[in-house]
Amino acid sequence: MKNRNIYLLLLPGVIFLTIFMVIPILLTIGSTFINEGSFSFDGYLHYFQDKYFIGILLTTLKVSLITTFICILLGFPVAYYISKVGTRTKVLLLLLSIFPLLTSSVVRSFSWMIIIGKNGVLNKLLLNIGLINEPLNILYTPTAIIIGLVHLFLPLIIITLVGVMENMDEDLLKAAESLGASRLGVFAKVVLPLSMPGLVIGSILVFVGSFTAYTTPALLGGKQRVISTFLYQNATTLNDWHTAAIVATIMIVVTLLVTITMNQIAYKINPKG
Amino acid sequence: MKEKNRGLAVFTFLVFVFLLGPLLIISVTSFEGGSVLKFPIETFSFKWYENIFKVSMFLTTFKTSIIVSLAGNLLALLLGVPAAYALSRFNFKGKAVLNAVFISPILIPGIVLGFTFLRYIVTTYQLPIYAGLFIGHTIIMLPFVIRVVSSSLSTFDFSIEEAAHSLGASKIGTFIQVVLPNIKSGIIAAVMIAFLESFNNVDISVFMTGPGVSTFPIQMLTYVETYFDPTVAAISVLLMIITAFFMFIVERLMGLSYFTKR
Repeated sequence: MKNRNIYLLLLPGVIFLTIFMVIPILLTIGSTFINEGSFSFDGYLHYFQDKYFIGILLTTLKVSLITTFICILLGFPVAYYISKVGTRTKVLLLLLSIFPLLTSSVVRSFSWMIIIGKNGVLNKLLLNIGLINEPLNILYTPTAIIIGLVHLFLPLIIITLVGVMENMDEDLLKAAESLGASRLGVFAKVVLPLSMPGLVIGSILVFVGSFTAYTTPALLGGKQRVISTFLYQNATTLNDWHTAAIVATIMIVVTLLVTITMNQIAYKINPKG
Repeated sequence: MKEKNRGLAVFTFLVFVFLLGPLLIISVTSFEGGSVLKFPIETFSFKWYENIFKVSMFLTTFKTSIIVSLAGNLLALLLGVPAAYALSRFNFKGKAVLNAVFISPILIPGIVLGFTFLRYIVTTYQLPIYAGLFIGHTIIMLPFVIRVVSSSLSTFDFSIEEAAHSLGASKIGTFIQVVLPNIKSGIIAAVMIAFLESFNNVDISVFMTGPGVSTFPIQMLTYVETYFDPTVAAISVLLMIITAFFMFIVERLMGLSYFTKR
């Protein structure tokens, strides 16, 4: 096929994306460098000195890091188990992981309001068995956001890891064991390095997803702002588009930086991955 | 290995309790007879399911969501299938860049896309909110269409296409009569995955609201801000049933590997 015809197939999509996404994004980023008609970094300088904004940024980063860490801790053993069980159990467990992933994030976050609310399931349970005397205040705190995000993204890291671990050569594990490696040794020397690419990609997905999530912090975070709810508030209720554009640019930069650096790391660890 | 497996099995079970427990609890609470969400329920009733149909905004926004998702899906297919075909079939200059452009809507944070769509599509380009919703949803569905159709094309034997062509079929005729039927299941899977992605979307739609215009998930968010009755729990159950149905169809068409491959 002639080259011109190939580009013809791509043209409609490219034009559509350029007009409605690429140009708007570039204009949004560009607008943050203009202050009273001239080029300047004032917008950024202002926000990086603003304690309130820095607080929101740090909280968001902290929440995303903790979420990623918990997802790895919970997801890794589960993925390992799933990759080792028989086919029928594996299919069932994978379907049970994919189902929440496809379910509306509003439904999933809302379900936690019933559980961790002041009169929620968790408090009732803990009060009944006498573990606490006062109901816990979890809802509308960063902890609530973390719980909601772990619930949202854990399946993602599980299925990503299963994808990698499934391809792990069973003979390699057996060989290591028969050569006298302890279970911990097999895990540290064989399983972990071979799962690294999946772990890195899964972590990127969870971290970036948590960093940019809107629904969960909006429902479970209460007054606690994270960067996405701060962007929304500025763009709509406060009508401050300059601030919103700066926050949007920061989100794009952080997301791309994390994705690119981690991908490089994954590539270094396993060039074939 | 056995006793270690048992420990792992218990751990896995507990993690799945954490993942699915909340969805089970929300399902149970939807049958509460009283007017406050509680678990376990005190009286059994279907009245909150009936209530969904009494709140007119739920019906209006449901219709909007369905129309936006279906129309956006159609446009995403029209733009995405030829692009996916070109990207997986040929090698040409600028392929990597073009591929990145088509995948970029999932790399850019949704909330950022939503804001720029509001600012430019609705405000600068002066298009109505409905158009903004339609365009925005088309854009976020495109990467899914490209990805699923490409993965389906990757197993297609293009020599069949060449054979048909050398036997005298036209390029477009070959595509419609030979290639399309072979990737039919991929396209159906793409439609379903993209539909769920669009129907459940909050990040874009939350910026695209106006007098009487909103999507279903945004209406759910608005509702739970004011009421804590089991209506949204009842909606959740219905949504989960639809989701499960879609998931089984995609699994039938593409297998589980579609979900685990990244």
